[in-house]
Amino acid sequence: MPYYVAPEQVMKDRAEYAQKGIARGRSLVATTYRDGLLVVAENPSRSLHKISEIYDRIAFGGVGKYNEYDQLRVAGVRHADTKGFTFSREDVDARSLANLYAQFLGNVFTHEMKPLEVEILVAELGSYDRPDQLYHVAYEGTITDEDKFAVLGGDAETITARVSESWEAGWDLDVAVKKMVSALSGSDRSLSPRDLEAAVLSRGNGRRAFRRLDDEELERLLAH
Amino acid sequence: MSLPLFAPTDDPGPDFAALMRLSGGVLQRSNHDSAKPGIAIPHATTVVALRYGDGVIMAGDRRATEGHAIAHRAMEKVFPADRWSAVAIAGAAGPAVEMVRLFQVQLEHYEKVEGVSLSLEGKANQLAQMVRVHLPLAMQGLVVVPLFAGYDLHRSIGRIYTYDVTGGHYEEADFQATGSGGRDARTTMKLGFREGLTLDQGLELAIEALYEAADEDSGTGGPDLVRGIYPIVAAVDSNGYSRIEDEEVAERFAALISRKREERTGQHRGGGEPG
Repeated sequence: MPYYVAPEQVMKDRAEYAQKGIARGRSLVATTYRDGLLVVAENPSRSLHKISEIYDRIAFGGVGKYNEYDQLRVAGVRHADTKGFTFSREDVDARSLANLYAQFLGNVFTHEMKPLEVEILVAELGSYDRPDQLYHVAYEGTITDEDKFAVLGGDAETITARVSESWEAGWDLDVAVKKMVSALSGSDRSLSPRDLEAAVLSRGNGRRAFRRLDDEELERLLAH
Repeated sequence: MSLPLFAPTDDPGPDFAALMRLSGGVLQRSNHDSAKPGIAIPHATTVVALRYGDGVIMAGDRRATEGHAIAHRAMEKVFPADRWSAVAIAGAAGPAVEMVRLFQVQLEHYEKVEGVSLSLEGKANQLAQMVRVHLPLAMQGLVVVPLFAGYDLHRSIGRIYTYDVTGGHYEEADFQATGSGGRDARTTMKLGFREGLTLDQGLELAIEALYEAADEDSGTGGPDLVRGIYPIVAAVDSNGYSRIEDEEVAERFAALISRKREERTGQHRGGGEPG
């Protein structure tokens, strides 16, 4: 028997469903610093990454359901490598990739039964004609671009408030790491390197700017 | 361009070449290519690889020939394949450079999709598959023969692989050279190779091998002192791929040439006057 559900209701239910899914996972923050971009996520796993390399100057961050954002990560690597091989490495940019993610997520949100329970970050290290850029794509395809910092995940509002209190342009890596980690943890708990995953897109790193910060390095950066 | 998503049943995995085929990319090669052996096509010539104490050294001259004419004076034939390996090419220049480009992307693509690098053996096998795919064009005269060398992170040694046109690949114990001047370069290395060469000695031997090849083979370019074009020399050790600066290569060639000159004049003095 056919029945009618108001479109508002359908969208509201889907949004609620996606938000709930995302809120179950831990958050991720990204910021600019002196030599590039820093991404830090709360992630106790050493092998199931939230932060990954997409291309020479582009990094990926995902929160929510691992299998869903990892599929998008691989699609991003494929898109970037195909584009770079067909045209040139310089022609690969984060904006077109973020737009593809936005279209895909928007499409799934309106047409499929179940929306994807993910939020995506596409970070691009600036070069001669492009500034450093952080694209934040939400589960329903909303895309926002930030040039200071971005927060992804269920707890985004409170974390955003904490980051904006302390954020500074051009800070050093150790300061940025400390502030980002305390923004993630809040005042009532502390996070050790074992609970964290972090990576940078650094200008001093050659063609492939992406570099993971391992436990040892994180420990050193978080010390004192 | 759209987002390349695949159903789990036909996902290309970490294979970039398969991805390009699936998405109808530019890799499609025609078997009816009109290239015939008679057409003058730029050919890249001598490349050498040798093992030394800490890893491998690879070097290649800069000349590309078209029949008897010089097509390019400053062609690059030695490339980093990824951080821990190098690839050098001899044969038809166009397809060879394209093969290197695909190989480089393939290795990086695997590393990014899987989150870990291929083993050195795995990389060598990948290159073999590319040479094999190229066989139909090789039969039409566009032969590409790469040389692959790298640092094996699992075993902490440098390793060298050679290829034939059919994609057969063989690991070499100490050194290898390929291309038109390969024979002369090999002979030089055979005479000069010892176990546990230092980087310094290894570079000297590689440079001498290229010098001797250029001396005997018209297809191989020697150091171009007028234009300041020198062979490309690179070393791969536990710190990864590094290209030796042109200035250093120039100095080593200058030293080699003055040594050769001294040897010659010395010979003249010694054996000049008959009884």
